[in-house]
Amino acid sequence: MSQDASMPPAPPQNHFLQMALANRSFMIGLFITLIITGMALLSFVWTPYDITHLVVSDRMQGLSWAHPLGTDHLGRDILSMIMIGARNSIAVAIVAVGIGMGVGVPLGCWAAARGGVVDEVLMRFNDLVFAFPALLSAIMITAIFGPGAINAIIAIGIFNVPVFARVARAGALSIWPREFILAARAAGKNRVLITIEHILPNIVALLLVQGTIQFALGILAEAGLSYLGLGTQPPMPSWGRMLFEAQTRMMIAPHLAIFPGLAIVITVLGLNLLGDGLRDLLDPRLRRER
Amino acid sequence: MLVYLLKRIAIGLATLLVASAVVFSVLEIIPGDPALLMLGMNAEPDTLAALREQMGLNQPVFLRYLDWVSGLAVGDFGTSYTYSSPVLELIGERVMVSLPLALISLFLSTVIALPVGIFAAARRGKPADTITMGAAQVGVAIPNFWFALLLIYLFAVWLRLVPAGGFPGWDAGIWAGLKALILPAIALALPQAAILARVTRSAMLEVLGEDYIRTARAKGMPRRIVLWHHALRNALIPVLTILGLQFAFLLAGTIIIENVFYLPGLGRLVFQAITQRDLIVVEGVVMLLVATVIIVNILVDIGYAIVDPRLRTRR
Amino acid sequence: MSLLEIENLSLSIAGHPVLKDVDLQIAPGEVLGVVGESGSGKSMSALTVMQLLPELTRAQGRVTFDGIDILAAPEEAMCRLRGDDLGMVFQEPMTALNPVKTIGEQVAEGIRWHTGANRPDAEARARAILDRVGLPESKFPLSRFPHELSGGQRQRVVIAIACALKPKLLIADEPTTALDVVLQAQILDLLRDLVEENRMGLMLISHDLAVVADMADRVTVMRHGVVMESGPTATVLREQKHPYTRQLAEASTHVPARARPQEEAGKEEQTPLLSVSSVTRDYPGRRKGLFSKPEPFRAVDNVSFSLVPGHAVALVGRSGCGKSTLARMILALDRPTSGEIRLDGEALGGKSEHELRHARRNMQVVFQDPYGSFNPRHQVERLVAEPLHLLDTKPSVTERRERVAEALESVGLKASDMQKYPHEFSGGQRQRVSIARAIITRPKLIVADEPVSALDVSIRAQILDLFADLNQRLDLTYLFITHDLTVARAITDEVMVMHDGRIVESGPTAAVLENPESEAAKALVAAAPDLERAIAARLAREKA
Repeated sequence: MSQDASMPPAPPQNHFLQMALANRSFMIGLFITLIITGMALLSFVWTPYDITHLVVSDRMQGLSWAHPLGTDHLGRDILSMIMIGARNSIAVAIVAVGIGMGVGVPLGCWAAARGGVVDEVLMRFNDLVFAFPALLSAIMITAIFGPGAINAIIAIGIFNVPVFARVARAGALSIWPREFILAARAAGKNRVLITIEHILPNIVALLLVQGTIQFALGILAEAGLSYLGLGTQPPMPSWGRMLFEAQTRMMIAPHLAIFPGLAIVITVLGLNLLGDGLRDLLDPRLRRER
Repeated sequence: MLVYLLKRIAIGLATLLVASAVVFSVLEIIPGDPALLMLGMNAEPDTLAALREQMGLNQPVFLRYLDWVSGLAVGDFGTSYTYSSPVLELIGERVMVSLPLALISLFLSTVIALPVGIFAAARRGKPADTITMGAAQVGVAIPNFWFALLLIYLFAVWLRLVPAGGFPGWDAGIWAGLKALILPAIALALPQAAILARVTRSAMLEVLGEDYIRTARAKGMPRRIVLWHHALRNALIPVLTILGLQFAFLLAGTIIIENVFYLPGLGRLVFQAITQRDLIVVEGVVMLLVATVIIVNILVDIGYAIVDPRLRTRR
Repeated sequence: MSLLEIENLSLSIAGHPVLKDVDLQIAPGEVLGVVGESGSGKSMSALTVMQLLPELTRAQGRVTFDGIDILAAPEEAMCRLRGDDLGMVFQEPMTALNPVKTIGEQVAEGIRWHTGANRPDAEARARAILDRVGLPESKFPLSRFPHELSGGQRQRVVIAIACALKPKLLIADEPTTALDVVLQAQILDLLRDLVEENRMGLMLISHDLAVVADMADRVTVMRHGVVMESGPTATVLREQKHPYTRQLAEASTHVPARARPQEEAGKEEQTPLLSVSSVTRDYPGRRKGLFSKPEPFRAVDNVSFSLVPGHAVALVGRSGCGKSTLARMILALDRPTSGEIRLDGEALGGKSEHELRHARRNMQVVFQDPYGSFNPRHQVERLVAEPLHLLDTKPSVTERRERVAEALESVGLKASDMQKYPHEFSGGQRQRVSIARAIITRPKLIVADEPVSALDVSIRAQILDLFADLNQRLDLTYLFITHDLTVARAITDEVMVMHDGRIVESGPTAAVLENPESEAAKALVAAAPDLERAIAARLAREKA
């Protein structure tokens, strides 16, 4: 039987915008992500209060017009701290995802293209990294090299490598047996060219989706490390650190714990929604595969 | 299958060996002088020399590694510097908190997630699906330690139903122990359950689109029976994969959660050991956790074979 | 009274009409053939009877089965009917069975559900029906899992499930399309026997007119969701009153006009374009035990032949006979374990990708699936130009455009089509694009792996015409890999029959297909559906 009728046509470019506008999770996710990013960018030039300026008389205030989200035990404005904290979270997550993609994707593509021993060795290496619970290793790394945002980035980044390697390899392996790869080989293209021209464009959707997921996980991991005091160091505010400081004061000022937590939840939620939406938009087949 | 399993175990042991080399080099070679790292810059020369002697730092690196690994193999994890007691003993005490915690949360997340995922898949596109999956979407985004703080505020500070932290020990009775573990377990389990529910739902939906589901329906089997007898078992493969990954994640998650609740578990042990630079303890706990992850992965593989007969002939 | 009566059935999926005023009747014990190309709505009609339609489907009209109004029947009533009085067999046997349940469980499940029988009784009945469909207990105990069975065997299990309770009506939707011709003949025989034994009605859906002519008492021809013509098979196919019926019949026996290459006197001395000598390909086999050495699987076994320039040669054989592996080695996409392949005198073995450029320029490939053979993210210009990579000097942009335009025009497409993406073309047009890609380096040899088997009959005829035309215009040599003897008959000069990795027979196409000598060739020829033969046989039966 011919497959004509059953093949869904790939969306042409000009319909993409229309489809994007109609995709609810994509639009909500995009909106949240833009807001958070905008907030982080804005914090470079303006925040409601200067957080390096401690006003002891304003300690532990509740919500008010002057301080919409209240103040902490040093009299710093919570909203301002959350804005600057966003900066940190995003920066850490971006670099960590960058490390993961930059190293993992070429490794995964290489493994898929070569197969055999290369593949086996790379996959065993992946298993090895996977065997270290990520957070534990991050703690180890920061313990040896000292706490700080840079070490947190490296620690989170390393554990993104096998994730992207796996996704890229699995995606590439599903493309390699396709007939258009055989046709490209009959046209004399070598593995590197085929990977660049045929494999990568067809797994980019997968990678983007995984990217948003890892981005969200990166933000969670950074918050966790900062909570333990191993991530971003004071006086630089970070969401995780704010939660740690709030914990002992929760009986008197629960709002100190609520807002930084909400910031994390909303950011991660936005990224996950964006990823879900992207998955639906970029490749209708992926939705079924998941 | 037996050949495959033996191969799998051999690979697991090899991974463990490589992991030991990694741990050893990260903790004992990269820092330069581990004794100095442990004692800090202001250490007395005498104390430093004594510690170096105790750690065997005057031996060549390779010998030290061999010593350490062969010790691990026979269960000699060394002696803690800060606690002055055998590491294995410390681990033994702490496992009694961490393992029940991880198991309870794994159990909780599974019994919540599977029915919810199946329920949502069966009502795809209906309001029940939209609501549960919306909740799952939010659940995935909640950091477990923040959720733990909220739980403490609600149940311990406000309602005073359970203690806000600490662990009375199993000697105080099973009930008292469980009471101390229930909030941490929930905090760990909920975000995991949200992930698992989403995976279960999409795995079910994928299976429900398969040809053999149509064959079963053409046989006259009602939708509900097809869902439970034909779809569920096929959908278990991706669910098992995630469960395996989650166990590793739960182990790591205990580090933070045990700190939130001041539970004397492995996570808190390793965290304190790191801040006190008690490298011997860190090495021991890390190796134990790595071994656990490897064992869980092998168990997941066996699980695959139980679920899917096609995987029983793997070699 | 009819067993199944469909009146004025109209169907739409999400507002999209798929069936318009369809009428169909099947009497008890009667075989109705439903014929049509893709998109004709034949499968949808079947799923309507089963009430297994996709979501968002709206049906109007009347469907009466055995006195029951199907469209109005509640789900519980349908569950009682399905698998009991109504059985269905699907196209794809590889995915139709639940991989985690034994065949015994899957057959017995329906029996237990409908009859309330206990497990041993249901299993005994399952055993009996599996024996009946040709899966004896000695080789196929109930505890077998689907993955331990071949495609043909799995289709037998599906038939056993459908026929376990002796349904009054069996619906078979392209039951043999995924199988090779020999298996197809076996499955059709089985269905025919079951119909006679149980006096059940059979609704046989097929794209293949010859299969329907062979099997059906009456035939309904459908197109675009509308019934074109209905009537007794012999009458409909002999008279071919409806133009669409005629078109289908002509297309399925179409032989492209094509001058046979002149048999030159010194043909024997002519240097062959392609020579394959003693080529063998082993694949690593499975290890049987922990310490035993794995036994390699021999896919191609000591094959030798040569191709004369300008000839079209068919390589035919059942699925799994090694023909595709051989084709891949000829294309230098796979390396022989031993033996040598020469193209135009140049050996292909042991060369780097760079050294192969010259040879690759001279041989190109056309694949079966006209969708899968294109990167969906590239425009036609880039797709067709891909083999230009093999040229020693890179062509300029305008030069490249010109060559793509030229190639597109010679396959009957427009130069302006180069801006389009593959999904904007129909299946037939896509196959034209892949032929354009194959001829852009002006090769001497084209290897075509099942180039028309994914296409509807009328499109297939057009593509075969194109192959014939290019054969003469561009002086191409063809190697057609196919399991379909009508393709071999239509377009090739010589045929080679492959079986279990060996070439067991070869010679001029007409001679081999008329008088096959080897067992393998005989089986293929005997099993191949043949429209004219089937009509003749049916007429003879009617006269008798």
